[in-house]
Amino acid sequence: MALSGIEIFKLTPRKNCKECGFPTCMAFAMKVASGAVEIEKCPHISAEAKEKLAEATAPLMKTVKIGTGDYEHALGGETVLFRHEKTFVNKTLFAVQFSDAMDDDELARRMENIKKVDYERIGEQMHVEIVAVKYTGNRSRYLDIIKRLKELQKIFVLVCDDVDAATEAAALVKETKPVLVGANNDNLEEMVKLAKESGIVLGLNAPGVEEMYALVEKTHQLGYKELILNAGSENMAKTFENAVEFRRTALVGQDRTFGYPSIVFVNELAKGDSYLQTALAATFIMKYGSIVVLDDITYANALPLFALRQNIFTDPQKPMRVEPKVYEFANPKEDSPVLVTVDFALTYFVVSGEIERAKVPVYLLVPDAGGLSVLTSWAAGKLSAGVIANAIKSSGLEEKLNRKRLILPGKVAVLKGDIEEELPGWEIIVGPSEAMQIPKFLNELN
Amino acid sequence: MAYKKAAKKYSGEIREVTLGSGDKAVAIGGKNVLPIHSFDGNVGNPPKIGLEIVDIVPEDWHDDLKKIYDGVLEDTAEWAKFAVDNFAPDFICLRFAGADPDGKNKSVEECVETAKKVAAAVDLPLVIAGTKNVEKDEKLFSAVAEALAGENVLILSAREENYKTVGAAGALAYKHKIAAETSVDINLAKQLNILMNQLGVQNEDLVMNVGSAAVGYGFEYLSSTMDRIILAALGQNDSTLQMPIITPVSTETWTVKESAASEDDEPAWGSSIERAIQMEVATAAAVLVSGADAIIVRHPKSLATMKTFISNMLGSGLN
Ligand code: SF4
Repeated sequence: MALSGIEIFKLTPRKNCKECGFPTCMAFAMKVASGAVEIEKCPHISAEAKEKLAEATAPLMKTVKIGTGDYEHALGGETVLFRHEKTFVNKTLFAVQFSDAMDDDELARRMENIKKVDYERIGEQMHVEIVAVKYTGNRSRYLDIIKRLKELQKIFVLVCDDVDAATEAAALVKETKPVLVGANNDNLEEMVKLAKESGIVLGLNAPGVEEMYALVEKTHQLGYKELILNAGSENMAKTFENAVEFRRTALVGQDRTFGYPSIVFVNELAKGDSYLQTALAATFIMKYGSIVVLDDITYANALPLFALRQNIFTDPQKPMRVEPKVYEFANPKEDSPVLVTVDFALTYFVVSGEIERAKVPVYLLVPDAGGLSVLTSWAAGKLSAGVIANAIKSSGLEEKLNRKRLILPGKVAVLKGDIEEELPGWEIIVGPSEAMQIPKFLNELN
Repeated sequence: MAYKKAAKKYSGEIREVTLGSGDKAVAIGGKNVLPIHSFDGNVGNPPKIGLEIVDIVPEDWHDDLKKIYDGVLEDTAEWAKFAVDNFAPDFICLRFAGADPDGKNKSVEECVETAKKVAAAVDLPLVIAGTKNVEKDEKLFSAVAEALAGENVLILSAREENYKTVGAAGALAYKHKIAAETSVDINLAKQLNILMNQLGVQNEDLVMNVGSAAVGYGFEYLSSTMDRIILAALGQNDSTLQMPIITPVSTETWTVKESAASEDDEPAWGSSIERAIQMEVATAAAVLVSGADAIIVRHPKSLATMKTFISNMLGSGLN
């Protein structure tokens, strides 16, 4: 919560010495409150007052970093509840859970799946970022599994409320800045000590919102603020409530006690039902899960979840774009037609989906149209006859084709004449205005 | 310092609309808190899930899905009954894919016969969906509305191009409910609702279809548009946006590459039916969290999953 002028005035020495350039401390305090002047302009201000002010102006939700080097990720740091107000900044990370109760076959299978699911979607590499390792009482097995998981080079989340086991486990991976989820009301002091010593992020467990609030306050008193809040796994309704209340208390209630990222064990809520797990993971991507823990990753659950995450964490001001180039469908030949669309990802996806449905060999030319839709880019002058003609000329298609047909989006039929002039030797055909008409159009084209 | 809950109290409320008739009628809407926020107050009626069936043998559906309905696909009324008896959806969405002029182009009369048979075979509420061809839908919906007078079906949907005919026949003449469909945009949604009101269609008879998208395919526009609509409906008490929302999920999710790519084309991706269900379930959940009051899915497994999801998320399930 920002401080008022009066509150800042109380922090000044009230000497009215004018050294700050203002006639009175009060006038100075008012300017500081409005953000026009830095508190440092007063040479007499105490260190304590400065700290108070810094605290009051710190972000409502802390950004917590986990992992190191190429594997470092930021969590939290969000400023809004709804993405139309401002961008969500730090995307939800996915974890796959392991445990000391798991046999070697299962361990190997899940590790293999994590390696397999690694693919690109619109310029973003998609893969699980985290391995969560749960302690259920077999210490030597627990440590052994952690050692074996190191080869995956993922960020570790140690799920362990046994201080001794956690200490040994942390020693194995502390240089990778892991998370230790396991501090609770009974072991807090020892866990905070361990977290401080090994420089790891501490995950807090509490049965409900109020208990969690008290636990965070206690952790603050112990001087530790590298925290993640576990939204719990008692039941779905409660977990959802916790995740919403954490975020809302911080951002709407302007109370930094809950201004931390969250972790949600949707695997435990789903109890082995992989469809339910996907439904829950989708829910917590949208509503405030910073880390979502899954039982396993396969393409079947990864494809929708990573796709949803990419949508939700995109900047509303910056549309998603695909790379401008020539895309090929069904092995086009030298007499296949060339369709034109734009580099706005949504348009490209709809158009390419319909082309795939048509199962007809074509080239799809995507010029640099500023990442806008067909009509918008045309209106903005970014999809003009010149742009299309230049894209054709630099594409190498003129040399490749013996029958040169260019299919124009129906919505920009007006460009036909100009393109004919710029591309002699090409037959310019006006295509459909709606993508869903593409299969019929292509099947009737000859 | 003690914990203080920061929930907002809203003055507005999403209107309650009833579909169907008799014992099996279902009400949708009625919330005055954000979607699924049962801890804040009245979430209204739990969201309802409908199962999609079509009026022809759906050649483009996944074989494993068609197998579930083996023996009833040729008879739409049998299919509807089978779906109700075996999977217990909240409603049935009968989609007239066969009426599409670009496809089988079945006559309006044929469609009316099918609609009557389906209505006679099941007592759950019906959602009647068309072809997306506005001219054909206009004729189709008018005729079906007449034939099913008294059934209180939901017509999906009236668009800007045909709302006058569809609204007049569907709601004014034969007392059904109408879904007003727009592209994904709050202002377009509001505008069509106002046009519907001017036509004489009461708010109690209106539902919104504010567009749909599969996750990964511009879903952020849909979810942000729904956020804005619900915030305006609840926060600003905007009566032109307080209609419950129905979102067709299946028609979006089954055609995208993640679901439709064959196992030969994408060997690394594994089972295609598995992918398609996961895509449908992820989108369904994301749409419900965004505030849909009713959704339409295609796979019985998706239906079962979302029923479990809703009862547990609202705290009424056994978990
Ligand atoms: S320099 Fe500091 S003490 Fe002096 S007038 Fe300004 S605010 Fe007051």
